[in-house]
Amino acid sequence: MATLRQKPGTIVLLALALAASGCTQWADPSLPETTVFPVSDSGGYIQDLYSLIFWMALVVFIGVEGFFLYAIVRYRRRAGDNRIPAQVHGNLRLEIAWTVLPSIVLLVITVPTIKTIFLQDTVPTASAAGGSPLTVEVTGHQWFWEFRYPELGAKVMTANEVHIPVGRTALFELRSADVIHSFWIPKMGGKMDAVPTRVNFMWFTPQETGEFYGQCVEFCGIQHADMRIRLFVDSPSAFQAWATRQAEDAASPTGAQARDGAAIFQRSACPACHTIRGTAARGTTGPDLTHVGGRATIAAGMLPNNYENLIRWVSDPQGVKIGSKMRYPNDVGPSPTEAALLAAYLQSLQ
Amino acid sequence: MATLTAPVAERGLLARPIEPTGVWSWLTTVDAKRIGILYGVTAFIFFLIGGTEALVMRTQLAVPDSRLVGPGIFNAMFTMHGTTMIFLVVMPLSVAFFNYIVPLQIGARDVAFPRLNAFSYWVFLSGAVLMHLSFVIGQVPDTGWFSYANLTERAYSPSAGVDFWVVGLQVLGIASLAGAFNFLVTIINLRAPGLSLMRMPLFTWTTFITSILMVLAFPVITVALVELMFDRLFGTNFFNTAQGADPILWQHLFWVFGHPEVYILILPAMGVVSDVLPVFSRKPLFGYPFMVYAVASIAFLSFTVWAHHMFTTGLGPIATSFFTASTMLIAVPTGIKVFNWISTVYGGSISLKTPALFALGFIAMFTIGGLSGVMHASPPVDTQHQDTYFVVAHFHYVLFGGSIFGLFSGIYFWFPKITGRMLDEKIGTLHFWLMLIGFNLTFGPMHFLGVDGMPRRIFTYPAEMGWGTWNLVATIGAYIIGLSILVFIVNVFKSLRSGDRAGADPWDGRTLEWTTSSPPPHYNFAEIPVVHARDDFWVQKYPDLAGGHGGEIIASAPVAVAAAVGHDEHVYVHLPDPSYWPLITASGIFVAGFGLLFFMLLLPVGLFVVLFGTVGWSTEPVNG
Repeated sequence: MATLRQKPGTIVLLALALAASGCTQWADPSLPETTVFPVSDSGGYIQDLYSLIFWMALVVFIGVEGFFLYAIVRYRRRAGDNRIPAQVHGNLRLEIAWTVLPSIVLLVITVPTIKTIFLQDTVPTASAAGGSPLTVEVTGHQWFWEFRYPELGAKVMTANEVHIPVGRTALFELRSADVIHSFWIPKMGGKMDAVPTRVNFMWFTPQETGEFYGQCVEFCGIQHADMRIRLFVDSPSAFQAWATRQAEDAASPTGAQARDGAAIFQRSACPACHTIRGTAARGTTGPDLTHVGGRATIAAGMLPNNYENLIRWVSDPQGVKIGSKMRYPNDVGPSPTEAALLAAYLQSLQ
Repeated sequence: MATLTAPVAERGLLARPIEPTGVWSWLTTVDAKRIGILYGVTAFIFFLIGGTEALVMRTQLAVPDSRLVGPGIFNAMFTMHGTTMIFLVVMPLSVAFFNYIVPLQIGARDVAFPRLNAFSYWVFLSGAVLMHLSFVIGQVPDTGWFSYANLTERAYSPSAGVDFWVVGLQVLGIASLAGAFNFLVTIINLRAPGLSLMRMPLFTWTTFITSILMVLAFPVITVALVELMFDRLFGTNFFNTAQGADPILWQHLFWVFGHPEVYILILPAMGVVSDVLPVFSRKPLFGYPFMVYAVASIAFLSFTVWAHHMFTTGLGPIATSFFTASTMLIAVPTGIKVFNWISTVYGGSISLKTPALFALGFIAMFTIGGLSGVMHASPPVDTQHQDTYFVVAHFHYVLFGGSIFGLFSGIYFWFPKITGRMLDEKIGTLHFWLMLIGFNLTFGPMHFLGVDGMPRRIFTYPAEMGWGTWNLVATIGAYIIGLSILVFIVNVFKSLRSGDRAGADPWDGRTLEWTTSSPPPHYNFAEIPVVHARDDFWVQKYPDLAGGHGGEIIASAPVAVAAAVGHDEHVYVHLPDPSYWPLITASGIFVAGFGLLFFMLLLPVGLFVVLFGTVGWSTEPVNG
């Protein structure tokens, strides 16, 4: 029956079409956390390796599954067929072939893999755009990220949003204050765990300016899903301007609302956990808020940083993020009026 | 019946039970077939529970920004889904077949230690129930099925959830070890005359190798679990980073167990498929010795690859390279198996009955899981895939597309042997296609989600991430899987009531289990068979084919079946008697575990019951 004989071919074509439609989905570079459109050198090494393995795997997939489907259709038992096929027990040459050939394929993957492992383990001493790597100290907390820049002075410290200059290698030193987290910005390359008692590192050289998404990828407790990272790759001058501003203490609030908000902040429980440099607030369990008004997001990247969200967050952090470490004594938060004043103050901390 | 001879010659603490039917006969049974049924039914109930947990997760993730269930419930669901499917479904379902089928395949009347076998089941049930008591008090384990330290310390997981997990798993480990030793000794010692190792059916081989893996792997996780339990209950510092402990120690211990565990889950299904394909192709397994060597090499190599689960922990380039090479190496014997299965089909006469459909589905799906496995065997690539949905897709293609499809193949294949009735072919075929389609709709898109950067274990995601479409598809697929399982349940109940009667040999089988009646008598074989060849029964039926040539079936030889059964009245068969002691001893372990969780004073009480049970056990008289 010719029509049925042709079926395997049709099925293989169908599989190809499916795989191709899959590729279209993968090939959407607009997705913020896509892993296959890297914009860093380190991410590029991974992508080269992934492409090699992907295409080899696709060829093996089509070959093996195609032949398998062909064998099923070709040798299916028809109604009333009582034939006993030839009793083949095996074939030594075939066994040797399908031991040796896959070994060669795997070797073709393993050699560049090991080369890349060593390449990524070596921090470049100077990047193409010049300059030694910029060290960024990253500390994972339940549930936010803390960033420090020893090179820019002890004062430069921020949370959840990390800035680096384009074209200069950034070296991230990863630590954890509590449990294991994992630091990942997919478009920049692979992830690395932040492990308590250890210092891990990873590096990459961003090739484009822009805003990039990342998040914690090692399950770290109830708010793991919303422990996000924003990476801002700035032009060197923009980065310099940002760093200069970060090094400054908080500006004294101007405007009546912000001034009242500052007073509420200082006399309530806030300073127990948060630092605002230039004020008496010196707490270290929560994120540094010295320049929180200049950030794009709040609540570890969960909400856009605007007046309404700030009110929502300071009024009811447990309602926004259940299990969050931000808790008021006796669970009594600020009144609506106080929350609005606090939000005004936080917004003023540019 | 020859089996039930006059009771009680000497006296022990308790007379041996003699009821042949009723609840007590099941509670005191030492018959491997009955224990197999207990394992199978229990595992299926947990399959429904674990599947429901999966549906809760898929419903929550169907659309972005969903707040249907909070992170608390979601985290409990993925923890219990993983733990349940691995320890309470795939393992015991495999063990159900070890119990029912292996003694039949090797021509034995029972396992080597029948009471230990019953003990294994009751301890398994105790561990499963202890873990699920966490639902009763509303503090469910919520740190993931591999529960990485130091999140599991009391400081970061103050609820009792982790306690239930750690105590439950230790109890389950006792059951697994007892069972594994039992099957090792059974397969080494109780094979019928002439059944040399290289004549054993592949399912018996994979049972044997899986048992070795259990014996070697479970002590490692037991050490880790005891350390964690001591940290939580008695304030030790094994994983307390505040006191300088290295939390990576847990990951090494867990995965030295955990990777062999992956093969504990897949090898029995591979054995099923290796036995099913020759029957439905009317052709011997292609490359039998290579299939055996491949299973053995996979088992050996499975102890050398554990750190490929840890490529993002900072192992350093030398260790990372070593584990890359060993992981690549394990793909070679795995490939050999796939090629030999395909060659078994090639040139055969493949009948597409349900057992064959599931076995063929296994090969197609397992191959996909194998290929994605090679992708993240490359550590740089793995740093992009680790802890994303790409990994979730990969291991479901191996453990669902592989193990579950393989075990369903076994269910359809051996159901007639176990119940005496055929499962309905039409409903079975519907079940297969629904499950295959649902499975691929669920887990296929997860590859795309992983490549698009979606991490696993997040209870929600913002719409701007662009993960909504494929998540919705995956959720629809999950409900189709659920529907397929309902179809299966209907099939079982319908077939038990009115299915076609299965004779001793409904599939034209090749191995010894098909030489006895369906269901087999209590004593399996009236006369212990003598084996002259691999696929001995097939060779007996078709002696002319021994030369290797095919031909027309003229008549198979029903004589072989008749020879094995039918005149048991004349034969004296010694069989082990039922016993209360396995249940009593296991209940001591349950009480001890319960004590650890609720009321420490019960711990010594439980341990005393274990001691009492052991004494009663060892002094129990033998009837007749």
